Amino acid sequence: MPMSYYLILSAAMFAIGVLGVILRRNPLVVFMSLELMFNAANLLFVAFSAYHQILDGNLFVFFVMTTAAAEVAVGLALMVAIFRAKHTIDLDEMNMLKG
Amino acid sequence: MDIGVLLVYGILGLTVIVSAIGLIVSRNALYSALFLVVNFVAVGLLYLALGAPFIAFAQVTVYAGSIMVLFIFVIMLLGAENLPLTEPLRGQRALGILLVVIFLAEIVLYYLLRTTPLQAIPLTPQSLASPAEIGMILFNRYLLPFEVTAFILLGATIGAIVLSKHEGPTRPKPGIQKPETPVEG
Amino acid sequence: MNFETVLPLAPWVVFFPVLGIILNLLVGKRLGEKGIGFIASLAAGLSFGVAVMLGLGLAGEPEGGTYHFLRWLAIGEFTADWNFRVDTLSVTMMLVVAGVGTLIHIYSIGYMYADVRHNGDPNRFRRFFVFLNLFMAAMMILVSADNFLMLFVGWEGVGLCSYLLIGFWFEKGAGGIANAQAAKKAFVVNRIGDFGLLIAIFLIFYNFGSLDFETVFAQAGQVAEVLPGVILAITLFMLLGVTGKSAQLPLYVWLPDAMAGPTPVSALIHAATMVTAGVYLVARSQALYQQVALAQDVVMWVGAATAFFAATIAVGQYDIKKVLAYSTISQLGFMVTAVGMGAAVAGMFHLITHAFFKALLFLGAGSVILGMEHGHEHAAAHGSHADEGHHSAFDPQDMRNMGGLREKMPLTFWVYLIGALALAGIAPLSGFFSKDEILADASLHHPPVYFVLTAAAFLTAFYVARQLAMVFFGKPRSEAAAGAKESPAVVTVPLVILAVLATLGGLLNFPATHWLETWLEHSLYGVEPAEFIISVALISLAVALTGLLIGWLVYGRKPLEDSRQPDPLARPLNGLFLALENKWWVDELYQALVVKPYLRLAQFLAQPVDQGVIDGLVNGAGNLMRATAQLWRRFQNGYVRSYALTILLGVVLVITYLVLR
Repeated sequence: MPMSYYLILSAAMFAIGVLGVILRRNPLVVFMSLELMFNAANLLFVAFSAYHQILDGNLFVFFVMTTAAAEVAVGLALMVAIFRAKHTIDLDEMNMLKG
Repeated sequence: MDIGVLLVYGILGLTVIVSAIGLIVSRNALYSALFLVVNFVAVGLLYLALGAPFIAFAQVTVYAGSIMVLFIFVIMLLGAENLPLTEPLRGQRALGILLVVIFLAEIVLYYLLRTTPLQAIPLTPQSLASPAEIGMILFNRYLLPFEVTAFILLGATIGAIVLSKHEGPTRPKPGIQKPETPVEG
Repeated sequence: MNFETVLPLAPWVVFFPVLGIILNLLVGKRLGEKGIGFIASLAAGLSFGVAVMLGLGLAGEPEGGTYHFLRWLAIGEFTADWNFRVDTLSVTMMLVVAGVGTLIHIYSIGYMYADVRHNGDPNRFRRFFVFLNLFMAAMMILVSADNFLMLFVGWEGVGLCSYLLIGFWFEKGAGGIANAQAAKKAFVVNRIGDFGLLIAIFLIFYNFGSLDFETVFAQAGQVAEVLPGVILAITLFMLLGVTGKSAQLPLYVWLPDAMAGPTPVSALIHAATMVTAGVYLVARSQALYQQVALAQDVVMWVGAATAFFAATIAVGQYDIKKVLAYSTISQLGFMVTAVGMGAAVAGMFHLITHAFFKALLFLGAGSVILGMEHGHEHAAAHGSHADEGHHSAFDPQDMRNMGGLREKMPLTFWVYLIGALALAGIAPLSGFFSKDEILADASLHHPPVYFVLTAAAFLTAFYVARQLAMVFFGKPRSEAAAGAKESPAVVTVPLVILAVLATLGGLLNFPATHWLETWLEHSLYGVEPAEFIISVALISLAVALTGLLIGWLVYGRKPLEDSRQPDPLARPLNGLFLALENKWWVDELYQALVVKPYLRLAQFLAQPVDQGVIDGLVNGAGNLMRATAQLWRRFQNGYVRSYALTILLGVVLVITYLVLR
């Protein structure tokens, strides 16, 4: 397949992920959108790795995945803690830290 | 190019896009999670097609498997809360969509104006992306980042435990003894 | 005595007084007044002993030397060391300072015993002696300095001690602040002079690359050829420092006020030693002054004008110490004239003799004041028809309240008479020889200066006669004077010693021997042999005698009847005497010309400039920041999705830049 296929696919996934982060108020969905953006980046890593016939891209995907796992674990724990305190997970309700 | 191959790639790409859109438009978070699983699996298939079987299986087991289980577990824990659809932030929706469209347009522009045309992706030889080869590189050239990643995971584990630990108001902290329960030696 | 063996002793001239300070600070309280006075006097005496040994060492090797004590500064090429310069000039100063200083320390034991009780705070006895020793140490640093920087350290040190001791009874004086104000005045006026000295030191450093005496004086000739203006500037700025420290025109105004300090302080610091530092500085820097005739002329005329001007004011004063203060200024003028003319030996000679007889006069005046205070307290205690309310108004230093003390305090009278006649320049006494040497030199080279100085000498004899008559002759004009009694031996013994010195001091540079000259020519530049001109000597003697005679005719023949009677000169001289009495209104003039505008400027800078402009700028910066923050806080709305949108905006802008680049 031509490279542009992966490029377009990745750009589309990334843009949709951005939209999800900006427009959704449920933090769980926001997290999922973040994962979507990670995936868009990963896809490009792997595609370019194959294009240049170098393995380093694959390894970077590996690191991104572990970091994303860690981030999700902490983020979800935060969600649980916030839900306990405020009894809601609406992002717009968490606006006490403002000027 | 073979029409069958084109068909497979077209369906895969469509699945990726549609599941992504489904993820962000579903009102129910559980549906979003399921759409994400579909997305992950489709992307994993693309990895396979790119000759990266190790990453593909890691994608399926780590993302589609464990991380999604975590997501669904938390959704169950917190209740699948349905938030109202109205947008409280004025202009957020329009501005966001506008910016994303500009963003995409710019990327396309950049691709057209600034880069040399790319060839087709060559087929990856079996030996190149084998798990053995990845393991060699991972534990030689990328040993330090690997170890750092291990610490990040450890930190995340501890952080998650600390954050979600329920601190009851009645349980006294160790070390702070109430005066009516003196400790006699 | 071998010079090489005594040279390492040099630092002890400074460190004995320092030891005295430390001892008195540590254990003085337990030792009591006797112990404190003993330690302080011993410190001064040991310092004198070291100076004597250094002097004996120099007798064999008069070129002298430098004792390297420690390196103070080393900045690149430039170094400044704390060295002790031991040559005939510095040792002469050490001998005078330590010798007179020791006598005054001993005298102070008796004087301060009474003074702290009279002023009602015996706890300050120790403080006084600590300050005195501190002064000795600072003065020794000044005279033993080997470079201008250490000299400046000592210069400032003695200035500090002067300030501390003038303000010793800082809560006393008219309105409770007069003494403090006098101390402040001395300090501030001295700062003006010190500013000049500092500029001179900076110029020396800039043009010579060194502050060491040897280096600077050796190069003076070469630099003067290339940059004559620089040497002129250096010497004139140095003169500004001299006018401050040695109380010359126009900065003399602090010295009369400095009489607010206890009398031993007036004797030691403000007559015998510190105020002569300026004379010493010019004598030391002869190598610089001799390069520029103009600077020499300026110094000479400043001295001569001061000598005459101050002598006129002394005629119109009633305070016994104020008369002596103006007399000191006048005599310092003689010395400055001498060093300005290049007759440094004559100047140093007069410095030494003046230290003897003026210390004697001040201490004698202190003895008189003690007697008056005693008489006053005696009268008050017995309540013998002393009118009430008189107590606070009574001034034991006012000569109009004295009179007839000759019989009450005979010893004080005799030593005071010796000092007064030496000051007036009567033949066999020390003042005659030293003053005559200056006059002889002036008559040869600078006739106009000679006339001015002779006039000043006449006025000197006149006010001396006036003071003698008002204090010691006639009959007592107050209860206090009637009840005065002779001071104790601890006070009178130093007086007697000083009287001997004042009598015999002339032998130091007796016209036939010129000991001082042969002694000092090893360390002074360009010493010319002084000449003894018999006609000048006779004329000055005649002038002095005439002055005394006229003074006696005016004041002694028909003494004042009571303390409120006006001065006999007030009527014939009319307005002129009023001017003398008010010191030519110089203080008022300075007040109007300098102090008032300065205060107004300070007020202007404080109110509109500081509070308006500076504070406005600062507060404006704060307000601007606050207003800006008020604007930006609307973007900090707490909605995390807005922040995400902002990040996206930034990303879009960056990519826009990359596309359009």
